[in-house]
Amino acid sequence: MTTIATSAGIVSDQPQNPEDAPPSFYDLEEHAHPEGYSTMLGFWIYLMSDCLIFAILFACYGVLGGNLAAGPGPRDLFELPLIALNTAMLLFSSMTYGFAMLSMQRGNVRGTQAWLLVTGLFGLCFLGIELYEFSHLIHIGAGPQRSAFLSAFFTLVGTHGLHVTFGIVWLVTLVVQLGRKGLIPANQRRVACLSMFWHFLDVIWIGVFTVVYLMGMLR
Amino acid sequence: MSDAPSAPGALPAAHMEPGHGDHGNGHGDGHGHGDHAVAELPHASARDYAIGFVASVILTAIPFWLVMSGTFSAAVTGGIITVFAVVQIVVHMVYFLHMSPKAEGGWSLSSLVFTVIVVVIMLAGSLWVMSHLNANMMPGGHIGEAAQLP
Repeated sequence: MTTIATSAGIVSDQPQNPEDAPPSFYDLEEHAHPEGYSTMLGFWIYLMSDCLIFAILFACYGVLGGNLAAGPGPRDLFELPLIALNTAMLLFSSMTYGFAMLSMQRGNVRGTQAWLLVTGLFGLCFLGIELYEFSHLIHIGAGPQRSAFLSAFFTLVGTHGLHVTFGIVWLVTLVVQLGRKGLIPANQRRVACLSMFWHFLDVIWIGVFTVVYLMGMLR
Repeated sequence: MSDAPSAPGALPAAHMEPGHGDHGNGHGDGHGHGDHAVAELPHASARDYAIGFVASVILTAIPFWLVMSGTFSAAVTGGIITVFAVVQIVVHMVYFLHMSPKAEGGWSLSSLVFTVIVVVIMLAGSLWVMSHLNANMMPGGHIGEAAQLP
């Protein structure tokens, strides 16, 4: 076993007296890590936990979505052209965030900031349309307290909208930080993390428009 | 996708310092990290984003068109748009989130697989159990919305 471990380089840091030292199969000593070396993986794991939150909300919607309490159903409430427009906004914002990432890789601070702001504008359009839809629903008496279906709907879609809101706050913060510090490694890391967050929200939205809106119109 | 040759145990070799585009300077120290001043970030390419965007537009437009036009029956349309959604999620994962078996030395993918398993068990289990409860609690099996009035 010792020879195998040595050839794999696992015990190469150990003192050179193999008969004294017991074979070691893992790192016992802390060795230096570059700053932020695990940030991307850590942020990915956060996104996975966020994914569980949305899975719970989707499950709630799936269970409660048919309980209309004799109130209005998806067919009476949803306007697919509006939802298609909303989906397009989020998809465009994903694309423009891609341009921001490409600008960053070329070392172009102004380009990165500009594309981030365009992404933020698309995000604001998305939020505006969603808030218009929510206010319209509440205005016609289809608020979250009307039925279990509407409670689950507002919770699921609202949580997604809240994520987009915080994504925009983060985005504006990053634009300011890029203006002050430029493309330092820490800022590159932050832009890459927000990229994951933003594209992740688009992935969740695929589930929302398919399960809530399109499936709702089919019922 | 990044096609850099990866040394054993190396993180995906994609540096993001401006003007520093050489891939795959393998570090054979067996730890994969340790002598890097800058953490390594996933590498994005214009081609990936273009493919992802075009595919997403197609995969979004077709389900909307199917539902709005009502070409097929509800059951068939439901099946088709579910398949389209799953494909589009995979497209986003690969082309926008740069997910690959090599990302972060494989840890991204394994955490994703774990999450997907948990999500599938939870979703399928919740829907199954609750539909059975509904079926068993109500006289006469599935009845309409009127039975759920407060």
